[in-house]
Amino acid sequence: MKIHEHQAKELLLQYQIPIPHGYVAYTEKEVGNIVDQLAEDRVAVKAQIHAGGRGKAGGVVIAQNKKEAKEFAKNLLGKTLQTPQTGLEGQVVQRLLIEETCDIKKEYYLSMTIDRNREQVVVIASEAGGTSIEEMAKEHPDYIIQEVIDVSIGLMGFQARRMAFNLNLPDALIKPFINIMFNMYRLFYEKNCTTVEINPLVITSNDTLIALDAKMNFDDNALFKHSDIEALRDISFEDERELQASKHDLSYIALDGNIGCLVNGAGLAMATMDIIQYYGGNPANFLDVGGSATSEKVEEAFNIILSDAHVKGIFVNIFGGIMKCDVIAKGIVEATKKTGLSLPLVVRLEGTNAEDGEQILSSSGLNIIPAKSMDDGAEKIVSSLKGGTHE
Amino acid sequence: MSILINDDTKVVVQGITGETARFHTKQMIEYGTNIYAGVTPKKKGQSVEGVPVFNTVQEAVQNTGVNTSVIYVPAAFAADAILEAVEAELELVICITEHIPVQDMLMVKQYMKGKKTKLIGPNCPGVISPEVSKIGIMPGYIHKRGHIGVVSRSGTLTYEAVHQLSKFNLGQSTAVGIGGDSVTGLSFIDILDMFNEDEDTYAVMMIGEIGGTKEEEAAKWIKDHMKKPVVGFVSGKTAPEGKRMGHAGAIISGNTGTAEHKIQTMKAYGITMAEQPGMLGQTMVDVLNDYTLLEKCQR
Repeated sequence: MKIHEHQAKELLLQYQIPIPHGYVAYTEKEVGNIVDQLAEDRVAVKAQIHAGGRGKAGGVVIAQNKKEAKEFAKNLLGKTLQTPQTGLEGQVVQRLLIEETCDIKKEYYLSMTIDRNREQVVVIASEAGGTSIEEMAKEHPDYIIQEVIDVSIGLMGFQARRMAFNLNLPDALIKPFINIMFNMYRLFYEKNCTTVEINPLVITSNDTLIALDAKMNFDDNALFKHSDIEALRDISFEDERELQASKHDLSYIALDGNIGCLVNGAGLAMATMDIIQYYGGNPANFLDVGGSATSEKVEEAFNIILSDAHVKGIFVNIFGGIMKCDVIAKGIVEATKKTGLSLPLVVRLEGTNAEDGEQILSSSGLNIIPAKSMDDGAEKIVSSLKGGTHE
Repeated sequence: MSILINDDTKVVVQGITGETARFHTKQMIEYGTNIYAGVTPKKKGQSVEGVPVFNTVQEAVQNTGVNTSVIYVPAAFAADAILEAVEAELELVICITEHIPVQDMLMVKQYMKGKKTKLIGPNCPGVISPEVSKIGIMPGYIHKRGHIGVVSRSGTLTYEAVHQLSKFNLGQSTAVGIGGDSVTGLSFIDILDMFNEDEDTYAVMMIGEIGGTKEEEAAKWIKDHMKKPVVGFVSGKTAPEGKRMGHAGAIISGNTGTAEHKIQTMKAYGITMAEQPGMLGQTMVDVLNDYTLLEKCQR
């Protein structure tokens, strides 16, 4: 789960990591009140969206005075920002972070993330901060340094010291930097983060360290432990159909094709998308109804697939295994009737009671095209959309 | 023979009193698996499908001599269940549970270093040596005893692969689901190594998916060490970047973890790749033909 920059900074503050003074605003009026109360004239106006690359897209601006700040805010609120991370549709700015600015002496990069190869937490840092880690890796790979944290011990003192020395920090800032690292790891560990990134971490003209921007990502599987983090969820930045699906314990991801897929199991669901493409079609979605799909779940899955107006046909690929195909077949018949489905529907059922399932489908009087295998099914749904014959 | 599980495998079911575990305990017993004990804290003295329930794994070991565990414990408690089984020095732990926090798994992996226990999963369908022993949630009847080793990160896609093999009369020595999480127990390479040494396995089908670099590492290992033909498949060619495709581990980050990269790497190291998932069985038939192993494998 992702959160906004201002929320990430509030968490940093909870963990004694210094951040600039700032306030969140949802309306122009709120911006006005905040700006009028600030001591400094010069402020940063930062669009809060769930994607990086805001700066270049005009989502982060420095206002030289209060009037300019209000104008920037007016322009940004409600605007759709498109960055390399948002996709073509972009994200709508609904809140702004209004922040005091500081004079920057030097910018660093500091992040913690899970390294799935080493199966440990890794700290990555660079004294060439301020740009994305990808750019840094391209332009200054020699500046990137790492420390691997043994999770059963935690961050060790010498590792934090070594990182401080390797970053060539001035002597006076070594202790504060080490404190930041320890607090950051405590946050990472205690809140089940999968990424905490401070970029840039800056030395100000007053010779203090401060986190100027922050990104965090949390392990969805651990949210049950953290109601405070769950409360930070901003569902307006999540796909509506994905949300709807997750309410029903379905795993759904929208794609840009026109063949809706309903499959049990994630691996088979991906393979089903792939085989549709192999036969020249375009999958509209990934949808895993789970290992123990009930007829209610199948019905809900149909509703979600059909809420995508691009869908022109549906391919159901079920490898029942222990799940009973007759139960799934009943669910498909029910769902077809209730949704008044008129699009081509190809169904492949394999597993326990597969024959009973096919019987239920063929005697339903509905126009359901049976498939012998996933190969057969993929071919049939693709050709039916091209206006070819089904049988 | 087979790998990981055989006639001597004696199983304890952790979390046996839960609904899913009860169902699968019955299925496993019907398949012929030696289920000797169950564990659910505070349920000592009960029995499930005639299997005695204990409070701790240690008690189960002392009373029944079990050497393998299968875990159906809910995600919040599953990592602790693995640790308990490792501490009891079981030979093999198979964790079915999905949605275990990744930090819990990092801890588990650290604790397991230097210990004798092997871990399969989590978030996996389990392990089956057809007609001998089945530990997990896979449907037994699609499997046939034979000579193809199957290793996969997926559940139902593994069933699909096995089903296609069985239709060509290609039985399996053992089928292993290593799990769909980003941090799991035994990897492709560990399982390939076992298949390599197993006299009963003549060829291997390896099924990967997007996310991480385990397929690439395995491909190189195969080139350097594998004595037997390997047929591969990687799902997720059509998966978008940055989205978790159901499995916690199935995510493309930047340029890392794409299906295309895995497929090209595997091909470059000499692995025959099934062009699409409907061709898994047929591709194995073709490869076995090339090695004049087909008849031997269909026996």
